[in-house]
Amino acid sequence: MAFPRPIATTREGTGIPTGKLAVWWLLASEVVIFGGILASYLMHRLAHPEWAEWGYANQTNIWFGAVNTFVLLTSSLFAVLAHNKAEMGDGKGAAKFLWLTIAGAVAFLCIKSAEWTTEISHGFTITKNGFWNFYYVAAGVHASHVIGGGIAMAIVAMDAAKGKDLQRVECVGIYWHFVDIVWIFLFPLLYIAK
Amino acid sequence: MSEEHHDHSKHYIKIYWWLLGLFIVSCLGPEIGIKWVTLVTAFGIAGVKAYLVIAYFMHLKGEKAFVNYFLIASVGLMFLFYFAVAPDVHNHEGRNWENVAAKASVERGFETAKREEAEYKKSHGDHGDHGDHGESHGEEGAGH
Repeated sequence: MAFPRPIATTREGTGIPTGKLAVWWLLASEVVIFGGILASYLMHRLAHPEWAEWGYANQTNIWFGAVNTFVLLTSSLFAVLAHNKAEMGDGKGAAKFLWLTIAGAVAFLCIKSAEWTTEISHGFTITKNGFWNFYYVAAGVHASHVIGGGIAMAIVAMDAAKGKDLQRVECVGIYWHFVDIVWIFLFPLLYIAK
Repeated sequence: MSEEHHDHSKHYIKIYWWLLGLFIVSCLGPEIGIKWVTLVTAFGIAGVKAYLVIAYFMHLKGEKAFVNYFLIASVGLMFLFYFAVAPDVHNHEGRNWENVAAKASVERGFETAKREEAEYKKSHGDHGDHGDHGESHGEEGAGH
């Protein structure tokens, strides 16, 4: 059975392609989700001076965070270069850069896994104290967005390679840049401000 | 897709180098050891990096104004949440109330931190160098 082709990604009722507008709305809701987590973390961090002591924030490894920041910034460059290629009508070029962005997502998750394994093996689990509770929730919710973004980009990349639905490259790119921005704020909060 | 679109890759790569430069400064800032320098280099630069990504990679600068409005509104909700709830969380006592659990948590936290640090130094030699991921022996550690 053939399904009618969705037109939401190409229709423009508001001056913006509806698919792109939907991504902006999605991000507005994500701001509230991550904003809530980060604001809660910040207010508890300021209310608990003991979080600056041994066994709390000073045990996170800045190198893991720094390398992951570099990986996400680089993957963001690949995402915008994919959009650039899509705008030029080069579907294969767009797909190539999307796959490079996905490689960044995989690298991020591998580094994150190694980091968590180290921390958990040293007893810094989610129930250790309030700091580690926030740490795993914030980084975990962010990592789930990295996984979701990687899957979405793979789907878009497969179509883009065939020259289909190139407007979706920008949509998935905007989402990926947001994931990058969240990490830009998580990095100083969890790794630098000890 | 527009056939008149030009290749902007050099422009994007230039922004990327700026982002990497700022990232390096944000990592080096805390090494100086001055609190306000750490705060400026960590959070101030994070704001600049986020602006560069939003303005040039997400192209929000060229987007319709109403997109900016609802994104600003959602950021505003975050600040509303913070300033509405923070007074209760920041303070552990007020005119007619006392957050006994929070006070106890702070005291317990200091005690546990002191004990675990002493245990760590004892088992690793007292070099005064904590390092990252120092082994925890605390009773709160669920991994033990």
